Amino acid sequence: MENKGWDEFEIGAMLRTFDGSVDNIAGTKQEDRSYSENSSYRASVADWRLIKPVFNKDYCIDCQFCWVYCPDVSIVSRDKKMVGIDMDHCKGCGVCVEVCPTNPKSLLMFGEHADEETEIAQWPSKDEEK
Amino acid sequence: MSEMKKIKNLKEFSTSADRFEGANLLCPGCAHSIIVREVLNATNDDLVLAASTGCLEVCTAVYPYTSWDASWIHIGFENGSTAVAGAETMYKALKTKGRLKQPDRTPKFVAFGGDGASYDIGFQWISGCMERNHDMMYVVLDNEVYANTGGQRSSSTPIGSSATTTPAGSISYGEKINKKDMMGIMGAHHIPYAAQVAPNKWKDMVKKIQKGFATEGAVFINAVSPCTTEWKFDPKDTMHIADLATDTLVFPLYEIIDGRQYNITYRPKNVVPVEEYLAAQGRFKHLFKDQYKYLIKEWQERVDENWAYLQRREEAKV
Repeated sequence: MENKGWDEFEIGAMLRTFDGSVDNIAGTKQEDRSYSENSSYRASVADWRLIKPVFNKDYCIDCQFCWVYCPDVSIVSRDKKMVGIDMDHCKGCGVCVEVCPTNPKSLLMFGEHADEETEIAQWPSKDEEK
Repeated sequence: MSEMKKIKNLKEFSTSADRFEGANLLCPGCAHSIIVREVLNATNDDLVLAASTGCLEVCTAVYPYTSWDASWIHIGFENGSTAVAGAETMYKALKTKGRLKQPDRTPKFVAFGGDGASYDIGFQWISGCMERNHDMMYVVLDNEVYANTGGQRSSSTPIGSSATTTPAGSISYGEKINKKDMMGIMGAHHIPYAAQVAPNKWKDMVKKIQKGFATEGAVFINAVSPCTTEWKFDPKDTMHIADLATDTLVFPLYEIIDGRQYNITYRPKNVVPVEEYLAAQGRFKHLFKDQYKYLIKEWQERVDENWAYLQRREEAKV
């Protein structure tokens, strides 16, 4: 995409989020939408992250707390089930881990370069004190 | 389309298709986007949105990107509310003339503003919108400081908070003026519906937003938005701070109907001492020094007094 300079803008410039005509966005899931190059959905903030959440499906109860409290629309939930994490948009704030009610938590933060499978294999067991 | 979206529980809510996108430039752990998502997901109707200048506006519309999947306008610091009011007036006029292309669709008009844009700079404009009773909703994302420009105090900043223009030190304890009672002021406009909400109480929030959308006339929503950068806490603690804000009654959740009927919608089972709320945030750190400790006691008294006042108003129904 060709970026315009500050003095090349037209007054009242408009960015279109979608390509083509759009109807019923509220009923269309993100993967079915035709995002244009101007939607930040196409962008990535993955390089902001120092730590990343890792999702362990075995302990998840699909309560959806992480979905509702994720500030970056990065928790992917489909058909009332937690599916995974959108790593392009996650900034690694760790809110999802804090609000996760399971014991042990089904989401934990690890260093950005940690290997997901290794971490899931050595997931902490139930914390009896809680 | 005009039917109210059914949201009985969180699982049902999670089937919503978000109309707000990630990869915006809000800080990690910012509560603004949590509030925006809860507001937008409360309806399936079309949306006409505006944001007054503030963190939300500058972070969600950084050229060449936009994070909004609905019609949204980037406008001045003061006039987010009037831009939406204008769109609403035009919609009404076209409807009366029968010139709407899709008359069966019922768009909702929502303006967002930070506390700087609402409590200070856009105050007159909001007051006008509320007085003219436009069929719109104004949502304040109240983080009690001008966070976008570097943390200057706003008229929403509470006593004792250290902001960059009211820094705490050996002479001053920070902000000396109490927070403006915006809810009371909006109640005095006798608008059909005003409510205070918090992102951690998503169900209460969605209920109030839906009530607001169903209301014909102006709706004012004040949402507490913990700011990790200016309140100085760890990004992961956003929801914990919001919990403390509602459970200490620093941000009581209530609604005002027609400016008269107060309803308290959340009564914490265990009221937490205000001290815990203050201790969790870096902006109140200095209050725990010996010379300023008396302020914590004053804080508690102020919060208790406000809670008693709200209960009296609720009971008296006047």
